[in-house]
Amino acid sequence: MNLKQYFKNFYRYKYLLIELVKKNIKLKYRRSYLGILWTMIEPLLTMMVLTVVFGTFFGNDDPQYPVYILCGRLLYSFFSSGSKAGLKAISSNASMIKKVYVPKYIYVFSAIISNFVTFLISLIVLVGVGIVLKVEPTIYLLQAIVPLVILFVFSLGCGLILSTLNVFFRDIEYIWSVATLLIMYASAIFYQPDKVINTGNGWIFDINPIFMCISNFRDAVLYGRQMNMNYCMASLAIAVVTVVVGAVLFYRKQDKFILYV
Amino acid sequence: MQKNLAICVKDLGMRFNLSQERVDNLKEFIIKFLRRDLKFNEFWALKDVSFKIKKGERLGVLGLNGSGKSTLLKVVSGVLKPSAGSIETSGVIAPLLELGAGFSPEYTGRENIYLYGAVLGFTKEFLDEKIDEIVDFSGLGEFIEVPIKNYSSGMKARLGFSIATVVEPDILILDEVLSVGDKKFRRKSENKIMSMFDRGVTVLFVSHSLEQVVRLCDRAIILDSGRLVAEGPVDKVARIYKNMTE
Ligand SMILES: Nc1ncnc2c1ncn2[C@@H]1O[C@H](COP(=O)(O)OP(=O)(O)OP(=O)(O)O)[C@@H](O)[C@H]1O
Ligand SMILES: [Mg+2]
Repeated sequence: MNLKQYFKNFYRYKYLLIELVKKNIKLKYRRSYLGILWTMIEPLLTMMVLTVVFGTFFGNDDPQYPVYILCGRLLYSFFSSGSKAGLKAISSNASMIKKVYVPKYIYVFSAIISNFVTFLISLIVLVGVGIVLKVEPTIYLLQAIVPLVILFVFSLGCGLILSTLNVFFRDIEYIWSVATLLIMYASAIFYQPDKVINTGNGWIFDINPIFMCISNFRDAVLYGRQMNMNYCMASLAIAVVTVVVGAVLFYRKQDKFILYV
Repeated sequence: MQKNLAICVKDLGMRFNLSQERVDNLKEFIIKFLRRDLKFNEFWALKDVSFKIKKGERLGVLGLNGSGKSTLLKVVSGVLKPSAGSIETSGVIAPLLELGAGFSPEYTGRENIYLYGAVLGFTKEFLDEKIDEIVDFSGLGEFIEVPIKNYSSGMKARLGFSIATVVEPDILILDEVLSVGDKKFRRKSENKIMSMFDRGVTVLFVSHSLEQVVRLCDRAIILDSGRLVAEGPVDKVARIYKNMTE
């Protein structure tokens, strides 16, 4: 199938993509009383806990520290829940895949997009907290979109790779949850990156696109300054490579999925 | 493909891997890979199957359990990719396979109509227009607002049938679907299929009821362990099949 046909097909399945995204979001909150509000309450609560633990107990007295935490935590949890949902996208839609032919990348796409939508909703919390703590918006706020797009692409690439592997090896799920935990500690969500860099372990940040996106997002939202172009380019390159590798892997193996799911 | 053909199947083969100890985790895979112990037990569920169906023709597929009938229908409808050979089809296909499956259990009947309709490639406008007809035909009444997980298997099959047959397909693929639901629904669904027949739809039909195949189809084939062993007018093939099974 050539590329033009692929895009035509994609247009044809646009409505399916919308329905799948709707389903993922609806079902996530269906049985909870507060429903979609949880996307905002949950990060707010973790922010408070982290602020108390790391701010009060460890003596970080920056009044805007909660915003610092929130930026990191919101971006990280989009990546972690998005990639996890992508990982399961094929196996959890197995009954559909066995019955009707649909381009299978639609399932991975929809998993990442639905997590991105809930992430965008949760940004309302960031706006609220930012206003309360008097963070001054600057023109650099517009740059916030760049790390978000890069993070989206990177998550999609991870989703494509992980969903393919997960069809054949069911233990990928457990390996990935350990990996995301590692990534969390290596992303300077609740500590300052200087602390690690001063110990000579700064390379951790130089290979971590999640950290680079968080850092650039903070520059745009919290510090109101030009983002770090090195981080921008490096994270973009990693994201593009991941998505290309993911697409090739997925494309090569997709016809085999049905025999294993 | 010639113009008057609806389906053209050529040298079709479908291979499955049937190893008893399926390796589905990384640890085992690596250990077995290093020991060169990975077993692949190949099995051809279809082999060298070729046939053609003209437009408006109704082909019955006969065969014992496990002879490859459902596999053939899945390959023709595009769910499975064949390991060998080729298939050409022309026009809109309505696949009616395993009717109760493929729904999202937490979703209500109505929500599933939209989701499943989207999977089948329908647009939102089309579904908005047809939703009453679908609900009506399914006869589910107020159960349409209840999550599917609370449905009986017959109710699920009825809903599946109602969604899949709301289009006017060119090719209808039926895998033992006229045996779903209660007697009343069976009559209703058979009438609906019949009215499609009258409009000249092409049909690929699997059923274990020989009487039904003879009544509904004009041609038939027999599959035996994945190979096509007989092909021709339905009466003749039905006689062969009867001799085979007795
Ligand atoms: N996903 C699969 N993986 C491995 N083997 C499979 C798979 N699907 C089908 N088979 C095998 O292919 C063969 C044909 O199966 P199929 O479902 O097509 O039979 P059938 O003719 O429809 O039988 P029935 O009359 O019971 O419906 C069987 O031996 C089955 O074990
Ligand atoms: Mg069957």
